[in-house]
Amino acid sequence: MSIDTETARRVAKLARIKVEDDALPALASEFNAILGFIEQLSEVDVEGVEPMTSVTPQRLKRREDVVTDGSQQEAVLKNAPDAREGFFAVPKVVE
Amino acid sequence: MSDLTKLTIAQARDAMRKGETTSAEITSACLSAIEGADALGAFVHNTPDIATKQAKASDARIKAGDAPAMCGIPLGIKDLFCTKGVPSQAASGILDGFKPEYESTVTSQLFDAGAVMLGKLNMDEFAMGSSNETSVYGNAVNPWRRGNDDTALTPGGSSGGSASAVAADLCLAATGTDTGGSIRQPAAFVGITGLKPTYGRVSRWGIVAFASSLDQAGPMTKDVRDAAIMLQAMCGHDPKDSTSADLPVPDFEAALTGDIKGKTIGIPKEYRMDGMPEEIEKLWADGTTMLKDAGAKIVDISLPHTKYALPAYYVIAPAEASSNLARYDGVRFGHRAQLAQGDGITEMYEKTRAEGFGAEVQRRVMVGTYVLSAGFYDAYYNRARKVRALIKRDFDEVFADGVDAILTPATPSAAFGLGEMADADPIQMYLNDVFTVTVNLAGLPGISVPAGLDKQGLPLGLQLIGRPWEEADLLNTAYALEQAAGFVAKPSKWW
Repeated sequence: MSIDTETARRVAKLARIKVEDDALPALASEFNAILGFIEQLSEVDVEGVEPMTSVTPQRLKRREDVVTDGSQQEAVLKNAPDAREGFFAVPKVVE
Repeated sequence: MSDLTKLTIAQARDAMRKGETTSAEITSACLSAIEGADALGAFVHNTPDIATKQAKASDARIKAGDAPAMCGIPLGIKDLFCTKGVPSQAASGILDGFKPEYESTVTSQLFDAGAVMLGKLNMDEFAMGSSNETSVYGNAVNPWRRGNDDTALTPGGSSGGSASAVAADLCLAATGTDTGGSIRQPAAFVGITGLKPTYGRVSRWGIVAFASSLDQAGPMTKDVRDAAIMLQAMCGHDPKDSTSADLPVPDFEAALTGDIKGKTIGIPKEYRMDGMPEEIEKLWADGTTMLKDAGAKIVDISLPHTKYALPAYYVIAPAEASSNLARYDGVRFGHRAQLAQGDGITEMYEKTRAEGFGAEVQRRVMVGTYVLSAGFYDAYYNRARKVRALIKRDFDEVFADGVDAILTPATPSAAFGLGEMADADPIQMYLNDVFTVTVNLAGLPGISVPAGLDKQGLPLGLQLIGRPWEEADLLNTAYALEQAAGFVAKPSKWW
């Protein structure tokens, strides 16, 4: 499996990271090195093996479906790059 | 008392209880040591006001006579831990200016026990790295040097600042986190003890997430006893972390008898790598002899899927990172890029993340995105999870056969020079974690203990891997190894 410049561009887009056109070939080549390394996994016979989902068999804890926290608008917005009138502000999303 | 910064936690605790010194004195000595150690790049946000206030309160508690073991002990805190009102940015530009409105469970527990925070410690960005060279703050530097050669060496990573600070006696101990070896490899590179507990032993709540199924916090200390004391204060069930284990916590320090007679120690043949330096081979053989002489039974074991641990890790960890790091979008916290006329929300995301994330983080997020993308999910991600199950099964089988702990080298080499790996491809750097990464994949406890010096005078560590939840037994085996190895060397001060 070889990653070309177009695939690198598509992955960068999916990851929402801006990569300039002239940086794409180097990125594709790094991807290829890493994917070449992980390609070894295809040697392993995994027939009938269940994917590992947790480290120790334990059932996730459950709690009552009740409000446990809230009314912290100021704290929630405190670190926002742009907060206005009690909301996070972002560039226009819909035309 | 002289050399207060050189005290272990146990020594400081006992001296403070006897009234021979105070937390205020030890804290002040550490703050002075930190001020003179900028060249190490270990501390990146100093909190002397908080430290002084906490030390005073702890001295009052000690005087009142009800103080827990960590009371008054000055610590460094890895930048990955959210600390209320104090910059916590995972050594990333994307969290520039972030001051959490909350306290991580680990730091809360440590502060409740009376521990003192001296400041935040350098690390690889988002804990992604093995040399502390991906930090937005610049490199952390190893206090050790190769003899008289003044080449700056890496303290390892990702907990490089923690390792450097503890080895240089800037603090009595430090918190670290370990996703693929990030506590144990730096501990080995600087000649200190580093413990990664069983996955779920320590709460992950309030620790900036890298790969949630692998991340685990642990102590980085001057010796094994201190690791036991500090783990006690850090661990325990936390309802805020759904993967935190609701299991009883034993008294770890009380387990340190040094008696390992009748214990079975496994030596895995797959860890004998081609091209392994002779000194590492010898260290491993010496460690085996030490445990045998202490009365343990040594057995050869096989962990057949070891070879596939790193490739599986480099699917699973980036996949989880790509998901966890999706939250850094310039909306709720940290950096937001300046936008050009007409830029919409997608441009904001893309520019913010390109500016805020360093090269290694971008690379891993994109690899993770790729292995999770339509058409590759089964071929890469699900296959890696199945291989992970096989790696865990390898360990389950040797433990079922009666092995109590497994002895391996901690790292494939001693500390290397900063910048030496700059031209190597990323895989070369990843190989640093070859002996440690299996432990994260299987969720086991692992500890790195300093065991000797190489011919250039640099520390080397051995790793012990224990059964799940049996940190007490593991610490005791480590204690026996520590006593036999008698490692007491310290770096000569040049900073």
